[in-house]
Amino acid sequence: MADLIKVGMADYKVGRSPSTLISYGLGSCIGVSLYDPQRKIGGLLHIMLPDSTQARASDNPAKFADTGIPLLINDVIALGASRSRLVAKIAGGAQMFAFANATDIMRVGTRNAESCKQILKRNGIRVIAEDTGGNYGRTVSIDLSTGSYKIKTIDRGEKTI
Amino acid sequence: MLDEFDLSPIQLDALREIGNVGAGNSATALSQIINKRIDMNVPNVALVPIEDVPDLVGGPDAIVVGVFLRVYGKAPGNILFLMPQKSAFYLVDTLMGREHGTTKKLDPMDMSALKEIGNILSGAYLNAFFNFTHISMLPSIPSLAMDMAGAILNVVLVQLGVMGDHAMVIETKFLAEDDGINGHFFLVPDPGSLGTLIKAVGVE
Repeated sequence: MADLIKVGMADYKVGRSPSTLISYGLGSCIGVSLYDPQRKIGGLLHIMLPDSTQARASDNPAKFADTGIPLLINDVIALGASRSRLVAKIAGGAQMFAFANATDIMRVGTRNAESCKQILKRNGIRVIAEDTGGNYGRTVSIDLSTGSYKIKTIDRGEKTI
Repeated sequence: MLDEFDLSPIQLDALREIGNVGAGNSATALSQIINKRIDMNVPNVALVPIEDVPDLVGGPDAIVVGVFLRVYGKAPGNILFLMPQKSAFYLVDTLMGREHGTTKKLDPMDMSALKEIGNILSGAYLNAFFNFTHISMLPSIPSLAMDMAGAILNVVLVQLGVMGDHAMVIETKFLAEDDGINGHFFLVPDPGSLGTLIKAVGVE
């Protein structure tokens, strides 16, 4: 059986076929996956926040989109992926609780999604699929033998992008 | 700002005691509503790495019902009352006077009832807090979600995540006498609030 590698909150992992990388229970967080379809190498990053401008020096860089994505890119390239072939798929960024006067922090899901796309673009990586927004949690996994990105929910079934 | 890492054992004890009184009040309120004895444990006051918090409630993909309230006042923070799905169904059956096992899905009326429970528990909790600290804290209207524990906890963790890699959680577990209901009550002070609370109890 192929490896199932768990990626925690504010964490990232890279690997190669036939492993699967999985991250459970994303709410406003985003699961950013990168994949090189030719070498069958990829990675999965679970970010919590859009940017690290308010971060302390000691903070874990994988928590933020702007510092986490470059780390992920470097590590998949170090494993043998080619930057020009890398494609990204992202999922998550929900708003779990509805409040009439939602503050910025409540809308962090939307901001996370925007930030991820912007940073991927800045790094020259195409986002070929996404499943973001809504008010429900997602468990995401990327199968590194095919690059398919599976999204599981509780009430809304399962889909692959 | 007081850093969570600098808390002494005595200060942690003080927080635990506040949590204890608050949780005791809440447990009494819940017990009176459902007319059953409710046991609670001594609150766990801990500094938890953010990524480990979902494990406190059965892992990030366990299905739970969460009632979330924002706390306003001098020591702002978040309150989250989490129950496994089964407990939430059992609780609404009890509240609605239905036979246990009837509820398979929450309708709007059920959700409203659970939110009200969250409201009452938070009120009882914060009231105890006030008696102790004389810091007045007001809860927002409650909001409810049924989903994966990780996704629900995100909401409180993100806020903390802005400030650091650890979460200060004051957590109490409730258990009804017939084992039908268990719940976790989390009070997560905003990072700056911790110092205010410690100061108010007068522990240096």
